[in-house]
Amino acid sequence: MKTFLALAHRWWDEQGVYAPLHSMNDLRVPFIRDNLLKTIANHQPGKPLSGMKILDVGCGGGLLTEPLGRLGASVIGIDPVAENIKTAQRHKSFDPVLDQRVEYRVCSLEEIVEETAETFDAVIASEVVEHVIDLETFIQCCYQVLKPGGSLFITTINKTQLSYALGIVFSEQIAGIVPKGTHTWEKFVSPEKLESILESNGLSVQTVAGMIYNPFSGCWHWSGNTSLNYAAHAVKQEHTVPAELVLKGDTEEL
Amino acid sequence: MAALLAGSRVGAARAAARRGPLVSCRRWAGAAADTVYDVVVSGGGLVGAAMACALGYDIHFHDKKILLLEAGPKKVLEKLPETYSNRVSSISPGSATLLSSFGAWDHICNMRYRAFRRMQVWDACSEALIMFDKDNLDDMGYIVENDVIMHALTKQLEAVSDRVTVLYRSKAVGFTWPSPISMADSSPWVHVTLGDGSTLQTKLLIGADGHNSGVRQAAGIQNVSWDYDQSAVVATLHLSEVTENNVAWQRFLPSGPIALLPCPRTEVSALSTDGVLLRQLSDTLSSLVWSTSHEHAAELVSMDEENFVDAINSAFWSDANHTDFVDSASTMLHYAVAFLKPTKVSARQLPPSVAKVDAKSRVLFPLGLGHAAEYVRPRLALIGDAAHRVHPLAGQGVNMGFGDISSLVHHLRTAAFDGKDLGSMSHLTGYETDRQRHNTALLAATDLLKRLYSTSATPLVLLRTWGLQATNAVSPLKEQIMAFASK
Repeated sequence: MKTFLALAHRWWDEQGVYAPLHSMNDLRVPFIRDNLLKTIANHQPGKPLSGMKILDVGCGGGLLTEPLGRLGASVIGIDPVAENIKTAQRHKSFDPVLDQRVEYRVCSLEEIVEETAETFDAVIASEVVEHVIDLETFIQCCYQVLKPGGSLFITTINKTQLSYALGIVFSEQIAGIVPKGTHTWEKFVSPEKLESILESNGLSVQTVAGMIYNPFSGCWHWSGNTSLNYAAHAVKQEHTVPAELVLKGDTEEL
Repeated sequence: MAALLAGSRVGAARAAARRGPLVSCRRWAGAAADTVYDVVVSGGGLVGAAMACALGYDIHFHDKKILLLEAGPKKVLEKLPETYSNRVSSISPGSATLLSSFGAWDHICNMRYRAFRRMQVWDACSEALIMFDKDNLDDMGYIVENDVIMHALTKQLEAVSDRVTVLYRSKAVGFTWPSPISMADSSPWVHVTLGDGSTLQTKLLIGADGHNSGVRQAAGIQNVSWDYDQSAVVATLHLSEVTENNVAWQRFLPSGPIALLPCPRTEVSALSTDGVLLRQLSDTLSSLVWSTSHEHAAELVSMDEENFVDAINSAFWSDANHTDFVDSASTMLHYAVAFLKPTKVSARQLPPSVAKVDAKSRVLFPLGLGHAAEYVRPRLALIGDAAHRVHPLAGQGVNMGFGDISSLVHHLRTAAFDGKDLGSMSHLTGYETDRQRHNTALLAATDLLKRLYSTSATPLVLLRTWGLQATNAVSPLKEQIMAFASK
């Protein structure tokens, strides 16, 4: 969190330290948009996500929140770092349309679970689960705030030797693509582990797809290979899963 | 270490670094009452109005606010004037497709236009000619009066007035650009001040204000430009024979190219043999575009009508510039080509002769070349003559502008569907790359042709004679040229 605090004012510099996150929107936004459009019968031209309520968890400066707002959705962005929310708030205030559609709050997901139970058509946790201490609880909270049939979108980093070499050593320490200290390899989550936690908490996994970043072009691409970054889409089942079936603890390595 | 750091950022940073400092003025606190538009198009000419139309009719822009600023008054065409206007444009099939995508082409069809299927281009200094012919009955292009196009665009804009606001008699006089690094309390939009002092803000400003673009100058974008030592004379002519007027003619004289473009069939009054006044459909109207030296152009415009008609006919028919040497050399190549490729070679058609010129239809305007070093900046894009200005010899000027529109709309609609900030460089540079590639090639080729044909020096005449004959003989090459020009 401290790293994010230091860079809170740099969010909206498209060529700055957060440039890879800006260009990740080229993958994230269509991924979210297209999967949500499958659930809408007729969408309004110009604002395809109009009528949808979306929660962006760990929204940072609002990089992903704003495009979703522009597509017509009502979005709430939450982040535990107050400076981030301040930056996000200020940035959207200049756009009268976004100002109406997007709302920001300084809080964590756990804090709003009670008041927002079953209110959201979609929850986005993009580049978040690799920072979360208790993944199981986090997923359960996502489940609780989703409407039945709602979608959960996650993008995160796999826990592999490659992700250590490229994601930590190269990206942070050598090339400076990601600010130093942003990630802790121990917290990375493999897609298999994520899938099992999702399925055991009543979220049916629809898609898992790999993402590759090209540091020379600054662009992201979809890939069949999930050993570095990947995105997942899961849907909340209509029927609740009995609590006894939730797997506690991990038999895999850390 | 530092090198690796630089290397990994090279893609993103390079684009930012070469832009240079924006010519910015005072920091603007941002009047809260300012309307924030998504797109403002500055300049309501053919290209600016078409841009506003294209956005207004695009489904991904249904939720956006668009504004078109035009310095002049609204031009209302109550009914189609009988006399044909002397300012016409040659519209390529690609441009016609763009115009029909937002319904303007239908209006043009209901007014008047002329399709042509053939173009003959030849030299005054030799027998060499090139004939462009569309075998498969497609049209090569359309000759339409500029007023007709403008009227069609205005009508279509009126139909989407809930999404596109048009302000006439409004000229953008001042611009404040967003600072490169997002500052705390300054608005990130472009601020535009109008002539009447009112202000507005926009997320993307599109400059379509002609070759002396105020937007381009205010942004400090370098413009490579030079004036040609030529002016163009335009006029509306009546041909003497009633031929099937569907061929475009262009002859390269040493002083400059002269072109005759077919005009729509019009009703004319004629006296029949028994003295009855009849209304007939006549196919004799043509539009003249003659690029020549400034002095000669001034002469042509001021001489009396008979002499003017004689000058035109002489320009098309006279063999005065031929030399025996070049004639024999070109005949030689002609036989060689006929021997190697005994397939159909289009027969040379004789150009028409001119009978009279419409009174008061002669006008002249200066010619030049211009190309902006950058088409885009953050929150700014240039289209049409603001980005590039070309010699009319290839009939490409407005078509390049329409091509800019197609490309920019394509990039903007993808950005809108991805929820992106419309003024972001990430997709604007895509537009710039697309169009600079296409336009630079065309500008260079047009300039080269102009220079090549401006001389009667024998070696160059020989070179271009053989070149033209060879190109005429190689059908695939001609197809490529036609395809490129049709976009």
